[in-house]
Parts: sequence; C-alpha cells; structure tokens
Amino acid sequence: MRTRGLYTAVSLISLIVLPFVAGDFYINLATQVLIAVVFSASLNILVGYAGLSSLGHAAFLGFAAYICAGTTVTLGLPPLVAAVLALAGTTLLAAIFGAIALRASGLGFLMITLALAQVVWGLAYRWVGLTNGDNGLTGLTRPHPFGLSLDSPAAFYLATLLITGIALTVIAILVGSAYGVSLQGTRDQPRRMAALGHNVWLVRWTAFIIAGFWAGVAGLLYVYYQRYIHPSVLSMATSAEGLLGVIAGGSGTLAGPVVGAALVVILKNYASIYIERWNMLLGAVFVLIVLVMPDGIVPGVRRLLARRDR
Amino acid sequence: MKMSRRTMLHGTAGLATAAALSAPARAAEPIRLGLLTVKTGPLASGGLDMERALTMFLKERDNTLSGRKVELIVADTAGAPATARTKTQELVEKNDVHCLMGPLAAFEALAIDDYIREKQIPVLGVAAAEDVTQRKPNPWLVRGTSSSAQCAHPMGEYCAKDLKYKTMITIGDDIAYGHEMTAGFQRVFEENGGKIVQKLFAPLTAPDYGTYISQLKEADAIFIGFAGSNGFRFLRQFNEYGLQAKLIPVGGMTALDEAVLRNMGDEALGIVTTCWYSAELDNPANQKFAPAFRAENKYDPGFYAAATYVEGAVLEAALKSIDGKIEDKPAFMAALRATKTDTVRGPVRFDEFGNVIGNVYIRKVTRKEGRLVNSVIKTYPDVSQFWTYDQKAFLANPVYSRDWPPAKNLSN
Repeated sequence: MRTRGLYTAVSLISLIVLPFVAGDFYINLATQVLIAVVFSASLNILVGYAGLSSLGHAAFLGFAAYICAGTTVTLGLPPLVAAVLALAGTTLLAAIFGAIALRASGLGFLMITLALAQVVWGLAYRWVGLTNGDNGLTGLTRPHPFGLSLDSPAAFYLATLLITGIALTVIAILVGSAYGVSLQGTRDQPRRMAALGHNVWLVRWTAFIIAGFWAGVAGLLYVYYQRYIHPSVLSMATSAEGLLGVIAGGSGTLAGPVVGAALVVILKNYASIYIERWNMLLGAVFVLIVLVMPDGIVPGVRRLLARRDR
Repeated sequence: MKMSRRTMLHGTAGLATAAALSAPARAAEPIRLGLLTVKTGPLASGGLDMERALTMFLKERDNTLSGRKVELIVADTAGAPATARTKTQELVEKNDVHCLMGPLAAFEALAIDDYIREKQIPVLGVAAAEDVTQRKPNPWLVRGTSSSAQCAHPMGEYCAKDLKYKTMITIGDDIAYGHEMTAGFQRVFEENGGKIVQKLFAPLTAPDYGTYISQLKEADAIFIGFAGSNGFRFLRQFNEYGLQAKLIPVGGMTALDEAVLRNMGDEALGIVTTCWYSAELDNPANQKFAPAFRAENKYDPGFYAAATYVEGAVLEAALKSIDGKIEDKPAFMAALRATKTDTVRGPVRFDEFGNVIGNVYIRKVTRKEGRLVNSVIKTYPDVSQFWTYDQKAFLANPVYSRDWPPAKNLSN
C-alpha cells in the first residue's frame, strides 16, 4: 500500500511538472490523452461497472461539444452559460437515450446505443443551419475562468488535468459507494438484485445518465481544446476508440481506462509519426493485448505482479 | 513497415542530416517544409500522389530552393479533421516547419484554419473550401489549385453555350466540396439559360450508386461532381445500367482524374470534364513534368500530383524573390501572394484573398498511344474564383451549399 501511494505521488508530481519541461507538442499530446481518459472513464461506468457495452458514447461527447460551440459562436452566449447548457443538455439527452436503450441489454443494448448515436451524427451532418454541416463550426475561443487565460498549451493542460482529476475522483467515490456496489450487483446478478428489492432498471438508468454527463465534460474539454467541431467527432470511430481504451486498459477498474485511453491516443498520434502503417500497429497491439491479457492491461499487470510477489 | 519514413530527409546524406538535426546547428539551416496529406483511408490515392509529385519536384532541384536545402516532412492526417489538427501541431511545434503545404480535404483545411492564424504559419493550400479565400479569408494562405466552384463555373457556361444542353442533373459527394462545386455549376448553367432538373448527393463512402442511378430523371446530361475514385465507380455503374445512351455524363475537376482514368476502358471515351490541369497540357513545364511523372509511376499525373507540383513552383518563385529568407514571415507571405509564375498548369497569379487566378481547361477523354488521356478542347484563360461576377456582390451571397443557390427548376 505504501509503495502504491508513492507511485501515485510521483506520477502526480510528474503530471504537474510536465508543462514546465516539455515542448508544446508533448503538452498538447498529454492534453489529448487526458481528454480521452475522461471519455473512457465515463464509458467505463457503463461497460465496466454496469456491464452494459455501448457503441454510442460519442453522441454525448459530440452533443456537448456542439451545444457549447453553437451557443457561443452563433448566439454569443458567455462560456459559463454555454458550458452549463451543454452539460444540462447532454445529461437530458443521456436520460432520454438511456430510457430507450435500456429496454434491452447485451447485444440489443449495443445496437440501440449505436443507432441512437448515428441519429445524432446524421443530424450534425444534415442540419446545416444549426451545425454548419460538413464545414464544421469554427471561431470558438477558449474561456478565461477567473481571469486566467487558457490560450497557452500549458495553461489548458493544467486546467484539463484538474478537471480530469476531479472526474476520476468523483467516479472513484461513486463506484465505492453503496450505489456503486448495487450497480456492480446489477451487472453480476440482476435477478438476485431485483429479488433483494433493488430497482435494477433505475440503477442502470442513473448509471447511463452519469456516464453521459461525464462524457459531456470530456466533450467540453474536447471542443475547447480543438476550437473546431466536425460531425466526424460523433462517428462510430470515436465511440469505438473510447471502448477500445476501456477494454484494452481493463474494464471495471479505475486505472484501466486511464492506461487504455493513453495507449490509444499515443499510438494514434505519436507512433504514427514514425510508422507509416500505424493502423496496423494499432491493430496488432490490441490483438496482442487480447491474446496475452484478455481482461486488459491493468488486471493483467496486477496478476503478473501478484505472481512475482508470491 | 518502413520506420522513420515520415522524416524524409532530402539532400545531404541521411546520417549527416540526422546528426545536424540532433544538434541545433543553426549555421546553414535548411528550409523545413511540412506536407499535410492523406496516406490512409479512402482519400489516400490522391494523398500519395501529392507526396510523390512534391518529392519529385524537390529532387529535380537537388532539394535546394534559392540556395537553401529543403527538408520535407510528411504527415498523414488520415483524412480526419481532429487528426489533421494534431498533425499540424506536430509539424509546427515539434518539427518547427517554416511553411506548410496541404491539406487535401476541405474539412481538414477548416479544422486547422484558426490554428494557422494563431501560429501565423504560411500555408500553400490544396483543399478547395470556398470560404477560406472568400468570406473568412485566412491571411496566411495562398491556394494555387482552385476553390471548389472555380472550375465548375466555366463548365456551366460551356454546357449551356457550347454543348447547348437545356436540362441537366447534378450529382456529387455529400460533403462541402460536392455541394460547393455543383452549386457553382448550377448557378452559371442556369444563368445561361439551362435548367437543373435534379440534384443528388451521395455519401462519400457510398458502397453502391444503384439507388441513385435508378432515381435519375430525364435530362440532356448529368454533371458529376465526385471526388477521389467515386467518379470512376459511379460511371462504371452508370454504364452497367445502360444509361450512357440516354444521358450524357460530364464531370467536375476530380470526376475523371488521370489517376483513375487508367482503370477505365472505352466507356470513358468522349466524356467532357473541367479542371485547372491536364497531363496533356503542352506548356514547357508540363512537357517535362508529365513524362517524368509517368516514367516514375507508370501513370499520368492528375489533379493531386499537379497540385503540390504547382505549389512547389509557387514556393520556388516566392523564395527567389525574397532571396530565400523564409524566416521573415510577413515578407514571405507577401512574396507568395505577389507571385506570378509559369507552372505546369500554365501561368498563375493570386487575388487579394490568396486564391489563384489561372486557366481552366475543358477536356475530353481520348485515346492516345494506347492510354486514355484528357485532351484539352477549350481554355478559359485567367479564371478567378469569382468567375465573371462582381466580387462584392459575390461575397454578399451566402457560401455555396446544398441549398444555395436555390434550385428553382427541379422536376417532380
């Protein structure tokens, strides 16, 4: 336990020090990793703790991003109002989508979430008056909370780090709470949970909404980082990358999505500098993970360490 | 898998350059040129042509422009806006490039637009998005290719006046490029007395055009506004349905590109398309470039290959006028925009928005020495992105889209 605390402290310090030593490119890369971490961690609530695999999580990320960009650029609302609107709108969307998708579980749930997300994607492409279609929305500026400018890569990185920290802490508390335990109960033994008097549907629905909310937070970070939004953000590829992050890192663990999302972003954005066929590398790495550590990197490494200590 | 191919170091021997890179040797610093292109995904064939032609351009000049070595760094945007942005940041922040060339797709250009303004990086654009040189002009951009509708405008006039078509259908990819090109075509064609009776847009990755082809109404001709290999795929199916006898196909600047023409047969013969380039142009620059490109790659250079080759010529001319001092960014940018030079597409110069003014060619597919080529049948000299319209009035209109200009003559 002690060494674990030490590791956490060291990694935390290095994360905070990073923007003061690394170049802009690496700071921006780290920011993208953090945004992907929030996204994967939110999806992990569903996939890992509720046992509900979703292929439509990008809908919430993109929806929040579009509301934020749309209200600030088109309507000229202040960033705080836009952020609140975006999060409220995304939570509401998650409530509606959850109510529809949770009529099924397993494969049915997967397909419904996919279909719903494709609807949002299609709207973003087609509703040109609102979304500017395939040209995307440009012209967003980063907010200045408390008079602090987030324009520099380092400042935005630190803000993202703070929000990522809050997100992961809240999710950790949630998972450890009585609610979190009942959520895992509905994953493992839904019928027994029902017999014990828990409202399985309600537990799952709230989990869906919470996951949607945090994906919305990731969406806000995303749109302020990119300062541009295009319908492709809502595509299945974004959902699939989030899901890959969760599965590769280890679903149902707190550290899993962190490791997995970092791996996906680094392979996609950094390894591609050196390897022309980076898609193949990405595929090969995931095949390797599935073969060697079928339950993900974090549980896999934990098992290895336990074996060594024995 | 080729490791490190991305950092293609031209000129000095690989080892020496690698050493020079690791140590900040600033003495004879090379010009670092970043190319944003697409090497994976459905747009990759054009993207690879962009890289090949630019590499060839630099090699022909011994990787030296205005007495300075040029180091080319190629980045793969995968045709995705977010990746385009990351890769631009990589080229600017990690490789510290002096100027950028590309990207290929309009949405990529729009995704990096504000970043370019913020970092003030001179860009030699390839993507055709209208507004980056119109209603939201980017001061750091010159575009030596064309805007989406720049070649479609003359085609509209040609179809109405020379070919005397009365009614036409337009079909294009359901992306900004397709919308803008067919809108420009429609505007000029209808103003010259023609009628667009049907407008169709198919998804960029449509696996099959059968549903669109079976909807086609009666008309004199159909204007094909597809990009990449879609024009070729559409035409093949169009023929399989036996429609060529009833409806004459004509095309936009990427519909029958040389890169796909080599995969076609006699069914392509006689099809008229419009573009700012043809491998058949007989200007001196192209008479060197096209055979050389063909010798190296076994096919004719098309739109994408010519794009980076033209941009290379613009870069060379601009650098020459400022004696290679690319570090003075405002002076370099001014030099780029003041460039008047002869390129493989003919003479080019730029308007106040940094968009090219150059010839547009009407071409017809013919057979020459056994292969299909786009023979030039008419030249519209010095075409601007505003065509014959008053610039102010043009800019007061909304940007071309699915719905603008409105199609008033659609038949039911």
